[in-house]
Amino acid sequence: MSSDAMAIRAAEASGKPWVETLHEWVTTVDHKRLGILYIVFALIFLIIGGVEATVMRIQLMRPHNGFVSPQVFNRLFTMHGTTMIFFVAMPVLFGFANYLVPLMIGARDMAFPRLNAFSFWLTAFGGFLLYFSFVGGSGLYGAGNAPDVGWWAYAPLTARAFSPGHSSDYWTIAVLVSGFGSIGTAINIIATILCMRCPGMKLGRMPLLIWLNLVMSGMVLITITPLSAAQIMLLVDRYLGGHFFDTQAGGSAAIWMHFFWIFGHPEVYILIIPCFAFMSEIIPVFSRKPIFGYPVMVGATVCIGFVSMSVWAHHMFTIGMSSYSNAFFTLTSMVVGVPTGIKIFNWLGTMWGGKLIFKTPMLFCIGFLFQFLIAGLTGIMLAVSPFDWQLSGSYFVVAHFHYVIVGGILFSLFAAFYCWYPKITGRMLNEFLGKLHFWLFLIGFHMTFDVMHIPGILGMPRRIYTYEPGRGWDTLNLIVTIGTFIQGIAVLVFVTNLIYSYFKGPEAGNDPWDAWTLEWSVSSPPPEYNFATIPTVASRRPLWDRKHPEDPDSRYE
Amino acid sequence: MNAITTPITQTPGAWSLPYKGKVAMACLIIAESSIFTIFVVAYLFYVGKSLAGPTPREVLETPIFYTICLLSSSLTIHFASRFLERGNRAVFLGLLFLTILLGSLFLFGTGQEWHRLIYEHGLTISTNLFGTTYYSLVGLHATHVTVGLLMLGIALLLGLAGRVGPEQSARVDVLTMYWHFVDAVWIVVFTVVYVLGR
Amino acid sequence: MAIAAVLVILAGILLAAGLCAASPQTANPVPSIFEPHSTPAESIFHLSLFVLSITALIFLVVATLLTYAIVKFRNKEGDAQREPAQVYGSTQIELAWTVIPILIVVVLFLATARVIHAIQDAPKPGAAVEVTAIGHQFWWEFRYPVLGVVAANELHIPVSDPAHPTPTFLKLLSADTDHSFWVPQLAGKTDLIPNRINESWVEPHRTGLFLGQCAQYCGTQHAKMLLRVSVETPGAFQAWVNAQKQPAIQDEKEAAGGRVFETTACVNCHAISGTNATGRFGPDLTHLMSRDTIAAGAAENTKENLRLWIQNPDAIKPGSLMPAMQLTDADLDALVRYLETLK
Repeated sequence: MSSDAMAIRAAEASGKPWVETLHEWVTTVDHKRLGILYIVFALIFLIIGGVEATVMRIQLMRPHNGFVSPQVFNRLFTMHGTTMIFFVAMPVLFGFANYLVPLMIGARDMAFPRLNAFSFWLTAFGGFLLYFSFVGGSGLYGAGNAPDVGWWAYAPLTARAFSPGHSSDYWTIAVLVSGFGSIGTAINIIATILCMRCPGMKLGRMPLLIWLNLVMSGMVLITITPLSAAQIMLLVDRYLGGHFFDTQAGGSAAIWMHFFWIFGHPEVYILIIPCFAFMSEIIPVFSRKPIFGYPVMVGATVCIGFVSMSVWAHHMFTIGMSSYSNAFFTLTSMVVGVPTGIKIFNWLGTMWGGKLIFKTPMLFCIGFLFQFLIAGLTGIMLAVSPFDWQLSGSYFVVAHFHYVIVGGILFSLFAAFYCWYPKITGRMLNEFLGKLHFWLFLIGFHMTFDVMHIPGILGMPRRIYTYEPGRGWDTLNLIVTIGTFIQGIAVLVFVTNLIYSYFKGPEAGNDPWDAWTLEWSVSSPPPEYNFATIPTVASRRPLWDRKHPEDPDSRYE
Repeated sequence: MNAITTPITQTPGAWSLPYKGKVAMACLIIAESSIFTIFVVAYLFYVGKSLAGPTPREVLETPIFYTICLLSSSLTIHFASRFLERGNRAVFLGLLFLTILLGSLFLFGTGQEWHRLIYEHGLTISTNLFGTTYYSLVGLHATHVTVGLLMLGIALLLGLAGRVGPEQSARVDVLTMYWHFVDAVWIVVFTVVYVLGR
Repeated sequence: MAIAAVLVILAGILLAAGLCAASPQTANPVPSIFEPHSTPAESIFHLSLFVLSITALIFLVVATLLTYAIVKFRNKEGDAQREPAQVYGSTQIELAWTVIPILIVVVLFLATARVIHAIQDAPKPGAAVEVTAIGHQFWWEFRYPVLGVVAANELHIPVSDPAHPTPTFLKLLSADTDHSFWVPQLAGKTDLIPNRINESWVEPHRTGLFLGQCAQYCGTQHAKMLLRVSVETPGAFQAWVNAQKQPAIQDEKEAAGGRVFETTACVNCHAISGTNATGRFGPDLTHLMSRDTIAAGAAENTKENLRLWIQNPDAIKPGSLMPAMQLTDADLDALVRYLETLK
């Protein structure tokens, strides 16, 4: 099988003109190549977003610092948030889904390969358009530049009166266009999963990664669209003289908040659910046990999907809703923690009694487990609306959501990289560099984001380009900034590993981790057609059955 | 090469999964419904909140005739699809043409109403909250009707060129689903704007 | 080893937090939510202790189990190829760890609902002081409709005696974009949203100066839309009110500066009661010199800062809506001398 891989590399390296290779990549409709394009795109924007964060942290490392002006700082936090959510997290997760879903269900490609390519290029265009704003945002009056309205773009700050020039339009249109790309990919994923599974793969035999991407894609359909609708309304206000969010004409600023958070909250579950998927595939293999409670994991995810649509106004506890509304959203926000906690317990149950292999993917999984637990608990604190009346809009919230996004999502993404890089490239990532990356990032992460909770408790609001000295925030901010640099170094180690191992890493073979899902049955990297013969499966772990014919899973399911 | 991707041929009782075209269209319909829901919510939220300018009661006239046109077009396309399945291409094409005609009549009616509202009553998208929400909601729907008519037009042209037969029924059904969705949305919009909103 | 490192970091953080929270009130106190001095902030603080103990307990239990699993079940090198028992799940365990969290949620919710109601639906006693706060880009307008006072940026309220409560009830409005009124030691924050009337209240139990700032991003100078709340004894508060109600002092010596004020664009935005200036876009300046700071806390209220603010606001608060007034040095000096008479 590995000779296939070598043959593919040899063919690719056979002195084809680079223009031809570029053309192939630009016009590809192959899910594996599109997956790689999404992932590389996301990595580039991760670096850019990380630089934006670092500049902000340098500005904040001491009070009344003059590293950047308030105007630049406000653009930075807007671009950082928008970039990380829409042009890093969404694309990288769609990239992994694109790559893995057809392979794991025994299909040759996604249901609609051309729609797949179109969706990617929509997202890529959106990213380009957003960053073009740095150059082209000035408009007629020299006002505006990159958007500076925050990544939530609250009305009426985005009205023509308060946001002259085109900066807000760049935000609106870039995100709107990439939103359509996301919807296209979600449709593709759902159609692929429902219509292209190999024989024998009933819904109850799909790998959890497939289930979770199915739920996530279903959520995308009804989550991104409210934001798209609100953005169309904003464009009507800004260009056609509409009054959707025009408070002078009787419009409501709060209705933008409702529409935005009806998108915004389920969006973060859209981001975390594929990460749960990675955990649910990696932890079992590196514990040498099947996932504990497969049906419960599926049920809990579906539950999260539904309940997460009912919690949105916990981002609005301070806007003056009635006590009944606040109580309702407190309740739903706590309830959504129950199925989420159940998932943590099930991963614990998977590890319990297993044989834990502490290779780099598993190290990142364990980091995820502790960190996601803490993040969930600070989330429960924020769900308590009176407590939120103090913590909202402060650095406590910033610490909480970075704990989820960096400590949870990014850690699980790192685990996924170390796990599936061998499959995608045919080479193993360097284990020493991997462990170095893990420990450096762990230290930097905790230095920054553990400490960051405290200024919030001490009254430091978010989205401020500077702060007053003597409020107890000074040293804490300095520590937070130092941690940022350590994380930056760790990411450099990671990128070095990615590049170095591509050329010098040891050959991976089909199945370096002794895993159980179908992608490990083909060569690394897989042939363009994925499977020479479409497989037939009889259980949730087809490769376990093949490797253990005396004790197959199919006997017990 | 025939570009239809049919499901893997199988013997009865063997592995059979839904048609991906219908699944994809169902997903698109769910997503579009979500967008329309937000516009409907905005419309209902702003009922009665305009500070000045024309109100629905003053200026709206219930478009009964054009509604009947649009809803009948769902019937015609449904039967068009049935006839295609049975291989009766001529009736299929006739009913498809009728569907397009009825849909176009509806669009014409919308245009007529907007003309009246703008020039006789001075109601535009920027007049007040009613104007903004009305034109956005009805306009969003009309845009979807337009796209649908374009797709139906392409199907008609392909059909006239002899390229649409019973083997393409499944694909025509996908288009039919979209058209039924457009009609269902109109029922909601009609109720919200012309019944509840007044 | 990793766990030890993490626990050491956590311990260090808790220690630091403890130290910060315990700092005595100085001229520039730390506005910590864990040092409340007003009824709503105190209710929140007690609730938060309850929530923190429950979440700490959950963390300890789960983290201990995770740590135990990592240590006990790690693959030992000599363990060869034998796979461990392939356990698929357990219904009883699933039920247990579903029911217990649900019970925790019920308890937490009930405790929270009580506090929500107590704070949001608190009745307003007759002796309450009423303040209307209007948020602007980037300053605070305070009006006392019953007492007849107009102020800006620095709020003065009376301390409340539990025997005869005199809380301050605020109506929160906005003239432009969203803002948020946050003085952590007095209450949770409430937003100021255009075309919407929000309400909030504080009931301070201690005199002193309490700091806060705008907590909802409102534009370029959101960071310097600061708040200073002086909680005073009833006598001191009444004296302040009486002083604020007076029209501006008319000092003939600085009439030239007064003319500069009235004939340049100042009157478009600022009001000085007893004069022709009735602008409302910017802060009321009738008693400008009674404030500690200018530009919503961005600078101390000194002659130099005042002069600089009028000449070149961007030097103090770049992006604020105060224009550089382009006055000659002579006019500027006269104007500043005039403003300094507005005590």
